Amino acid sequence: MVGAACAYYAARSGLTVTVVDRGPVAGGTTGAGEGNLLVSDKEPGPELDLALLSTGLWRTLAEDLPQHTEYEPKGGLVVASTGPGLDALRDFAAAQATAGVTAREIPADRLHDLEPHLAPGLPGGVHYPQDAQVQPALAAAHLLRASRAEVRTGEEVTAVLTGPGGEVRGVRTPSGTLHAPCVVNAAGTWGGELARLAGAYLPVLPRRGFVLVTEPLPRVVRHKVYAADYVADVASASAALQTSAVVEGTPAGPVLIGASRERVGFDRTLSVEVLRRLAAQATALFPVLARVRALRTYAGFRPYMPDHLPAIGADPRVPGLLHACGHEGAGIGLAPATGLIIARLLTGGEPPLDVTPFRPGRFAAA
Amino acid sequence: MPRSASEPYDLAVIGAGPAGLAGAVTARELGLSVALLDASAQTGGQFFRHPAPATGAARPQALHHGWPAFTALRERLTASGTDHLTGHHVWTVTREGEDAWTVHALTGPDGDGDRPVRVHARAVLLATGAQERHLPFPGWTLPGVVGAGGAQAMLKSGLVLPGRRIVVAGSGPLLLAVASSLATAGARVPAVVEAAGYLGYARHPRALATNPHKLLEAVVHGSLLLRHRVRLRTRSAVTAVHGTDRVEAVTVSRIDRAWRPLPGTDRRIVCDALAAGHGLAPQIELATTVGCATRRTADGTDALVLDELQRSSVPGLWSAGETGGVGGWQLAVVEGEMAARAAAAHLCPRPALAHDGRMRELRRRRDRMRAFADAMAAAHAPGPGWTGWLTDDTDVCRCEEVTAGRIREAAGDLGARDARTVKLLTRAGMGWCQGRTCGAAVACLAAAGTAQGTVPPSAERRPLAVPVPLGVLGSDPPDTARTTPAARPAHPPKKGSRT
Ligand SMILES: Cc1cc2nc3c(=O)[nH]c(=O)nc-3n(C[C@H](O)[C@H](O)[C@H](O)COP(=O)(O)OP(=O)(O)OC[C@H]3O[C@@H](n4cnc5c(N)ncnc54)[C@H](O)[C@@H]3O)c2cc1C
Ligand SMILES: Cc1cc2nc3c(=O)[nH]c(=O)nc-3n(C[C@H](O)[C@H](O)[C@H](O)COP(=O)(O)OP(=O)(O)OC[C@H]3O[C@@H](n4cnc5c(N)ncnc54)[C@H](O)[C@@H]3O)c2cc1C
Repeated sequence: MVGAACAYYAARSGLTVTVVDRGPVAGGTTGAGEGNLLVSDKEPGPELDLALLSTGLWRTLAEDLPQHTEYEPKGGLVVASTGPGLDALRDFAAAQATAGVTAREIPADRLHDLEPHLAPGLPGGVHYPQDAQVQPALAAAHLLRASRAEVRTGEEVTAVLTGPGGEVRGVRTPSGTLHAPCVVNAAGTWGGELARLAGAYLPVLPRRGFVLVTEPLPRVVRHKVYAADYVADVASASAALQTSAVVEGTPAGPVLIGASRERVGFDRTLSVEVLRRLAAQATALFPVLARVRALRTYAGFRPYMPDHLPAIGADPRVPGLLHACGHEGAGIGLAPATGLIIARLLTGGEPPLDVTPFRPGRFAAA
Repeated sequence: MPRSASEPYDLAVIGAGPAGLAGAVTARELGLSVALLDASAQTGGQFFRHPAPATGAARPQALHHGWPAFTALRERLTASGTDHLTGHHVWTVTREGEDAWTVHALTGPDGDGDRPVRVHARAVLLATGAQERHLPFPGWTLPGVVGAGGAQAMLKSGLVLPGRRIVVAGSGPLLLAVASSLATAGARVPAVVEAAGYLGYARHPRALATNPHKLLEAVVHGSLLLRHRVRLRTRSAVTAVHGTDRVEAVTVSRIDRAWRPLPGTDRRIVCDALAAGHGLAPQIELATTVGCATRRTADGTDALVLDELQRSSVPGLWSAGETGGVGGWQLAVVEGEMAARAAAAHLCPRPALAHDGRMRELRRRRDRMRAFADAMAAAHAPGPGWTGWLTDDTDVCRCEEVTAGRIREAAGDLGARDARTVKLLTRAGMGWCQGRTCGAAVACLAAAGTAQGTVPPSAERRPLAVPVPLGVLGSDPPDTARTTPAARPAHPPKKGSRT
């Protein structure tokens, strides 16, 4: 997704772009995650600024691209499960509001106006109308096509070519060399390895997530609905398993329930415990789902950074190398803003926001 | 010796078809504690499918050769004290450690029972068989078009014929068996339309000569077909189905070696049903989820990689029957016994069991039948030209109503090259059947024009082998439903006669 967005904005800035991927279109984490475009789960700070910028860009993209991206500005609903939980959620939303987020508290007796099938007895929640969703694989494929960039799938970058001054000259793939004065590392969870090929350093680690997909249903879930604990899980740095189900309907009918977070390397083994917890949490929010069947589950590996911020910008040591990776669980949402920043940096323009918090050089090489 | 419910079985056998039955009784007779799980209420699997006793159907054996072999296995099962867990739909299998497995199952006739169970075992024998492979053609969604194997299965379950004038079409030896069953049951079969040429077998004379029972079967089917005046058309395919509310006729075209229709050879055959199938595909999702290696078979399906002793690439998981490559029920029985002996050799441990005279004899028989199966698979492999039958408005994925045109667009304009990417971009294969019906076709359409030709890159993963209600998934299921210890023999029964 991030690579497609970089290609799209760079090409629109007049640059000639070639996209190289060792897999198919959307074959990385983009094809193994979900498409929530959330502001609701982010505390005030640089990531939220990036998300707010992206929210507007996604709206424009949805108009420029065909309907097929399944963009839906459906809004999010965060519900508290306890009274103290509601207090904490209210404080969190108030802080977000000062940063530009639209947040509206929903008292207990109005929750069912927004979500008729929500469990009874919940103390209240907050509605975030800016939350939206896309179908990530479609969005990436259509953005890539709209960029008119040359797309080379099934070609792995095996070396980054450098000149006498250490500056980037292009990349090598099994089918030859590709010359370019600038190379953007949008290799997601594998961005650390690509950086190493170029003699640079980025500590990107995989953080596994499972998603459960149900049989197609008529619309029973209208917003993105999740319990307030989710925010704490997202921000956590723990390697241990965390689950807090985000429940959402899709235009095609199935309900998606995601997602767990745990750092277990690139282990794809099905975890029954993860599925059990996701299902239990989803049915606690929506009791009607208990009789609904899960048809499939899939896992993906989020590109995790130790400080939860992506690396966006020029590499401090390798001239011509730019990074655009490490978006963890928000790479779909943050892709357009990332692409726009990269395009501005490539063309010498002014970035749309302060990029210092994202500078790739912030990590000391181990 | 009484055992507690939390104590694991030595062996969990999944699937009570010919392979699983043979595996379970062999393991039990060698002294292992065995749980045999199957979604169905009866033993027998696909081949020895028979009517439920309640239907009162007489003489199920009329539809089966080899019925005595089955009843012998069934009797040994009853005598052996195997825990036969019927109506258990296994949705996943997890490896907890060395010699420690958990089998997760839903219960109830349709898997909708509220009582999910976990069965613990030291080893697993996977014998889940195969499912029919379908290739789409214009009109295949019309009422009256049924799967060839499905039609056979309906007959064996004591159910009705899909029509009165039934064309049987597709590819594979199953077609002849289906046609003779349908004809015997009273249907008129105007034609068996086979895409391959049976001459393909002639290229493997040794495999044929060493498998006389296969020849015998062919002769039996052949003479039956003659008696019922069934015409076999080889190197031909049904390329269109006609009718408004249901099947009224089919178009049969001659095809070349690449399965491309030859112009000017179309012929219309009037019928009220079409039974179509393109061979069988191993049902291996439980194994691929735990990481078992797969191989591409000669006819383009994915089967488990199994070694000389029926071991998969994951320690502790054995497999037998169609999961290792489609080869028929006799092969399944041989492999089931081999796998059980190999598992016992490891678990008891009694290494000699894996190398004694019986094992050598079984291995000889297996290798002979595998060679024939491979020859058969090669002869019936779909040619790349079959996708030429599809018009852009042919539905390929029936669950999600995705047409060939949309898949071609995803593969062309959007750069999808494999079934997974097509699925992400079109939803083909995301519906109720999870691509079990359309997966092969989607993969071929996506790969058309790439260097790999018609071959999809890797076995599909389906971590949930059957749909699981969220309420069930979210509950903490109790461990194994065990029969009372008293119901199990304290000692393994004496070895019965061997088939
Ligand atoms: C379960 C789950 C749920 C998620 N839910 C959401 C969500 O709701 N909202 C959201 O915004 N985000 C979500 N995410 C996160 C999101 O999916 C990722 O942040 C995003 O997809 C990252 O995009 P990317 O383009 O950086 O990486 P990728 O999509 O992984 O793309 C990187 C590409 O680089 C290629 N590559 C790597 N190395 C090489 C090489 N040497 N040569 C050539 N190509 C190479 C790979 O093949 C890959 O295609 C979720 C993730 C998971 C796992
Ligand atoms: C539709 C169909 C029709 C066939 N007709 C013929 C024929 O007429 N003549 C012929 O020679 N061959 C026929 N075959 C081939 C036949 O499958 C094999 O020759 C033989 O039955 C293989 O034995 P097996 O034990 O490997 O598998 P099977 O007999 O297929 O047995 C597999 C068993 O595993 C069970 N199972 C599968 N998945 C699960 C799960 N997740 N949980 C619990 N249980 C599970 C199934 O219920 C089944 O009982 C047919 C196959 C199919 C698919």
